[in-house]
Amino acid sequence: MPILKEKPRPFLVPEYCKGCGRCVSVCVKGCIAFADEINPATGIIPIVLDLEKCTGCGLCIDACPEPYGLRAMAQDEAYELQDPAKLFGAKQSAAPEPVDIPAQQVALPKTQPLIIKGNYASAVGALLAGCRHFYGYPITPSTEGAELMAKLLPKLNGVFLQAVSEVATVNHMYGTGGAGLPTMTFTSSPGFSLMLEGISYMIGAEVPGVFVNVMRGGPGLGNIAPEQSDVKLACRGLGHGHTHCITLMPSTPQEMLDYSMQAFELSFKYRNPVIVLADGYLGQMTGKVQLPAQMVKAGIPKWAVYGDRSHRGNLISSIQLQETDLEKFNAHLEEKYQSMKVEARSESYLTEDAEILLVACNTPARAAKGAVKSLRDLGIKAGLFRPITIWPFPSKQLQALLPKIKHLVVVEANAGGQILDELRLNMSQVGVEKLPPITHVRRFGGMLPQQTEIVDHVKSILAK
Amino acid sequence: MSVFYDKFERHAHGEGLKGQSTHYCAGCGHGLAHKYLADAIEELDIQDSTVLVSPVGCSVFAYYYFNTGNTQAAHGRAAAVALGHKMANPEATVISYQGDGDLASIGLAETVAAAQLGAPITVIFINNAIYGMTGGQMAPTSLMGQTTATSPKGRNRFNGEPMKMAELIAGLDGPVYVERVALFSPADRKKAARAIKKAVQLQKEGRGYSFIEVLAECPTHLKLMPDQAEKWVKENMVPIFPLGVKKDTTVEPWFKLPTPNFEAEPLLHAVGASTEAQSRFCKAFPTHLNPVDISMKLAGSGGDGAQTAAMLVATAAINEGYDGTHIPSYGPESRGGTSYADVHVAKDEVLNPASPTPDILLAFNAPSLAKFGLTVKKGGFIIYDSSVAKDVKPADPSITVVAVPFTEIAAGLGKLVVKNIVALGALQAATNLFPKETFITAIKGALKEKASLIPLNEQAFQAGMDAAKAFLATKKK
Repeated sequence: MPILKEKPRPFLVPEYCKGCGRCVSVCVKGCIAFADEINPATGIIPIVLDLEKCTGCGLCIDACPEPYGLRAMAQDEAYELQDPAKLFGAKQSAAPEPVDIPAQQVALPKTQPLIIKGNYASAVGALLAGCRHFYGYPITPSTEGAELMAKLLPKLNGVFLQAVSEVATVNHMYGTGGAGLPTMTFTSSPGFSLMLEGISYMIGAEVPGVFVNVMRGGPGLGNIAPEQSDVKLACRGLGHGHTHCITLMPSTPQEMLDYSMQAFELSFKYRNPVIVLADGYLGQMTGKVQLPAQMVKAGIPKWAVYGDRSHRGNLISSIQLQETDLEKFNAHLEEKYQSMKVEARSESYLTEDAEILLVACNTPARAAKGAVKSLRDLGIKAGLFRPITIWPFPSKQLQALLPKIKHLVVVEANAGGQILDELRLNMSQVGVEKLPPITHVRRFGGMLPQQTEIVDHVKSILAK
Repeated sequence: MSVFYDKFERHAHGEGLKGQSTHYCAGCGHGLAHKYLADAIEELDIQDSTVLVSPVGCSVFAYYYFNTGNTQAAHGRAAAVALGHKMANPEATVISYQGDGDLASIGLAETVAAAQLGAPITVIFINNAIYGMTGGQMAPTSLMGQTTATSPKGRNRFNGEPMKMAELIAGLDGPVYVERVALFSPADRKKAARAIKKAVQLQKEGRGYSFIEVLAECPTHLKLMPDQAEKWVKENMVPIFPLGVKKDTTVEPWFKLPTPNFEAEPLLHAVGASTEAQSRFCKAFPTHLNPVDISMKLAGSGGDGAQTAAMLVATAAINEGYDGTHIPSYGPESRGGTSYADVHVAKDEVLNPASPTPDILLAFNAPSLAKFGLTVKKGGFIIYDSSVAKDVKPADPSITVVAVPFTEIAAGLGKLVVKNIVALGALQAATNLFPKETFITAIKGALKEKASLIPLNEQAFQAGMDAAKAFLATKKK
């Protein structure tokens, strides 16, 4: 025999009625009508119920779009207006306090060095950092990174997904990073441009992720040979809003591995994307790459939206609709950016007594290093200052060298002097009012400054 | 109704009535779609595993209401974000909830790509034929003749026809279930609720991607009363966007991802790292070529094997405990023109891996000699293929020129591709960069997976050595 249930009758707190009237038209018994007066609390004319003829068909409840609008309620049931939990029944499950599942270090045995190109080294670094989710769109000269990931990730039960575009790539990363897992991509300048929107969202939602941009010549399609013309994007142009990311500039295949690995750590430490800016030459360069003593087993941070009970209460979002909220959030970001300044890193080569200081990053820094050596052989007191993080700029480290420096030479592979711009801006921000004379050696269009050009430039300065 | 928060704290901090009211206008279809989705999540008992991806559009604030994991995506990217979540946790139930501007205009590429990929996510598409959030502009789904803020005289041919997304998605191979539903009558609302539940269930069971298009009312921007808006959808939208199931295929559960591996051994194996110590044969750094850093240029045309030879030299150097680098020239040049490689072998550290003025030039053809012959340092070496170039004279008498017929020797061995190995043999004999064993070890390492080729390569190397020795002996005489 079927069990006869008491049919629920509708109930409404008038304040939660938007007055759409969807319920009015479905009630065949005519129990529902619009009120005569505007509800003073809402400024809306709500419906009123006259349930004398109600059959409990429930169509009005199905038609009500408001979660706390028309509800089913047993006759004579009591309720308390301010406690909807009580009103509408107990919760199915309470979201527990989220907990951190920390990343773990896994010891590695000592191994022979790998002999691999920069792009591969970066991919291996990402794997060692616990990255098992790669998204990307092939673009020269970064493609080998994605190719190696496609080959290796399945062996480690990881996910390689070739995205439909760079725009999709960064948003896949937003999802996986938002779920709290290490994720990365390889790209090159035009692709990086396309990812900037998503990077702004990742920063705004505090989502970690690593972007390896193997820079090539621009603007537009430019060419596929190396340049360093995305420094301005990484330092000053990461999409809209108040955005910054720690940006590392490796100069050897070994550093491609080391900094890619560190990038993940920094990304999770600060809940912010991290950029590895390489150049096309470095991506293709093969060299000796020693594996570290430890690798990382990824965890799940407590803020993640992983899709499980422990993280159910979390939200990944960059919206702060109220102005005061957004102001507060931007102040928080600014404070975070300031706190990242302790990560500023640089290398100084033969700078102790240097009078001529070369400043360079990536592969041009190696030409500059060679030039320092040649100049020293000629008895010229040259040194190299190499920012490893271009953002935050190693201002203090450079400032400490300046008193002895008679001349600065910025060596870079772009036409406008993007590294020089960073140097000047950052020096002015730390209160350096007077810099030594600055000249530059620049090649671009896909060519890098050569050692001989740098040596000749310095000789010409000294000849004046 | 526990899938909705008790209080909408995220809705203006839950102040006043906002704690229990949505931000949607009276008569808006979103509230109903939310309710049916919440019911489905509750009935399928997946609240804890659900991740709802909110779009940009009026439903940008869906996360105010759903007591599930929530992510808010950039405009049009919800499906891409949803995939990111699904790949991160295949056990999660990931729902991408999007409006017409988001899904059918700005996010079309992500929408179609995710659908064709077919990974089990659920896409709820609210089509109300107009832009709500920005205030009544033309949507990709606005009807022909429909007046909007950006089609003031009505949508016409210059704006194109409305996008029929359910049909478009159903035409793809990826999706397992596509249905278009509406909200304007009790029967349609029941169908809508059923379709949404089925779409979520298909994901829960790992069967595939599903897509529910919901024809919804936007009374505010249609400038109609809510009941008139329902009528408008029924009379104007349904003829263009016919309701019903567009695709429903029975697919066995297939979607599973293995648990990521974080053990040391599989990773080391995958990247080819060896724990075995490498044998060394060098007694000392070849300072006779350069005290600390030997610079080389290997040049030929594409297919000569200059890059492989360069890689072997760098590998040999690193195996011996020195630093080594190899940079290929790449780009259009590598497809037919001159292919060249810069190689450095340094006692401690290669400072500059480029070789503008090499100590050694290994040239496979005449253009390479023309291009780089004059850059070789005084006291350096030029070793070239005398099968294709003749009587090369050095720019400086201190430069040793060694002519070895790489191509002829390789042809004699029956395999032209080993001419680069012949060249390396010649390089060894002419310069004594490293002992023969160092090179052979590097070659064997490179041929680990093609061991049958090792004898031929050893033969080629020896032949190159012999030819260079013979040439130098003749020269001395």
